[in-house]
Amino acid sequence: MLLAIDWLLLLEKLVLIVIIVSVSLVIAMYETYAERKIAAFMQDRRGPNRAGPFGLLQPLADGGKLFFKEEIIPNTSNKFLFILGPCLAMMTAMMTSAVIPWGGTVAVFGRSVSLQIADINIGILFVFGVVSMGVYGIMIGGWASNNKFSLLAALRGASQMISYELAMGLSLIALLMMTGSLRLSVIVDQQMTSGVWNVVYQPLGFLIFLVCAFAECNRTPFDLPEAENELNFGYHQEYSSMKLGFYLFAEYINMFISSVIMATLYFGGYDIPFVNEAALIAKGNNWIQWIGPLVLIIKVGFFIFLFMWVRWTIPRFRYDQLMNLGWKKLIPLALLNMVLTGALVLWLKK
Amino acid sequence: MGVTQILFWVLTVLALGSALMVVTSRNPVYSVLYLILCFFAISGHYILMNAQFLAVVNIIVYAGAIMVLFLFVIMLMNLNASVEPQKNKWLKIAGAIAGGCLLLVLVAAFKDADIKTQLVQTKDGEIGLINNLGMALFKDYVVPFEISSVLFLSAMVGAVVIGKKE
Repeated sequence: MLLAIDWLLLLEKLVLIVIIVSVSLVIAMYETYAERKIAAFMQDRRGPNRAGPFGLLQPLADGGKLFFKEEIIPNTSNKFLFILGPCLAMMTAMMTSAVIPWGGTVAVFGRSVSLQIADINIGILFVFGVVSMGVYGIMIGGWASNNKFSLLAALRGASQMISYELAMGLSLIALLMMTGSLRLSVIVDQQMTSGVWNVVYQPLGFLIFLVCAFAECNRTPFDLPEAENELNFGYHQEYSSMKLGFYLFAEYINMFISSVIMATLYFGGYDIPFVNEAALIAKGNNWIQWIGPLVLIIKVGFFIFLFMWVRWTIPRFRYDQLMNLGWKKLIPLALLNMVLTGALVLWLKK
Repeated sequence: MGVTQILFWVLTVLALGSALMVVTSRNPVYSVLYLILCFFAISGHYILMNAQFLAVVNIIVYAGAIMVLFLFVIMLMNLNASVEPQKNKWLKIAGAIAGGCLLLVLVAAFKDADIKTQLVQTKDGEIGLINNLGMALFKDYVVPFEISSVLFLSAMVGAVVIGKKE
């Protein structure tokens, strides 16, 4: 044998990666459909209804259209970086799913397979690391376009993401004080065994996390990087064809992933509410492990709906309002939440 | 050659190559991007030693936050290859000599250090995991840790005060 590698494990992980990536892509595709349908519902319209039954094939038609559009790379742009930008945005959007526990351990062909690609010691910090890389996709794309509007939008986007990452991290620290572990699987396990979701202990922390997640995904009311009436179109103004598609798609994948993270951290992950899974599994009901991922997807679906609900309800913030909210309201609130949680944890442990 | 060794050599070549490109590329934006690549390679080395926390903090803080600020400044000042000032030849030579001196000191310092006799703990080292690191920082070294955080705070306050002055 050339290298001492557990080939079966490698194959298992590879299959898992392929499944998770394709699931996120399909969900992102149908998020675009859901967005248009929900917008239509809120504005008393019908929405897409031509392609297929109920317009269900609309995302495929959109994707096909994007693929066949003409590729334009501006003459004055930096060609390599111009292509690297959307690639980075897409890559960082996909990488986060590696540490998320999608379910417990299931038995496939006599092997017990964990439905998590990598259960690493630093779990949630890995997510933060990848998210902080996501800024580069926007910045490089905006700069390489060699267009003033793109650059302005990219700088806006980057400073917005950095500002809100701080409050997000601080609200997370309060949660980590209670769980005592960065492993996402441990955080879910604790919620499953106690039966009480973290949102009960950390309502303020969750609220801050939610607002920051909106800002991190560049969603309305924080969609300033793409404020079309001030900046024409945003950082992807010069992009066309599938490179533009990558940027738009990355946003929808980010929305999906941040919904998964919120469900995992605060809403019990793949925990089925009001059901004691451990007792059922002990009686030999292993099929319950297959229900877990479905439950997670339902929770995620609710968050995705929330993202869209807010988008079609609340108008865009002004840039100074955005910065004020981030630095002067959310960060002090998150700090307060952290101190309170710390004091409570100390008091209860005594 | 095991997997660890292959990864080590790949990461080493990547780190040194990108570090060289930081110095030699003419476009400042490329320099910053190569520096980010270099940080990733170094984080890879940390992961080889199972120092997961160090690796991810290196990425979040250096590659994710500080380099973004670098990129910000370079993009806002619109620096590119054509406006890069041509430096004096003597300055380059002086820089090379100064760097060489630092290398000499480092080599001399590490030549007889007992680090050399200790093997690197790959894969199963536990020192770099967040649990042990936290214990060390908040139990054994809590005073230096707090002093350094006060230093950081004063630096931040100072920056705000300077920024506020008209």
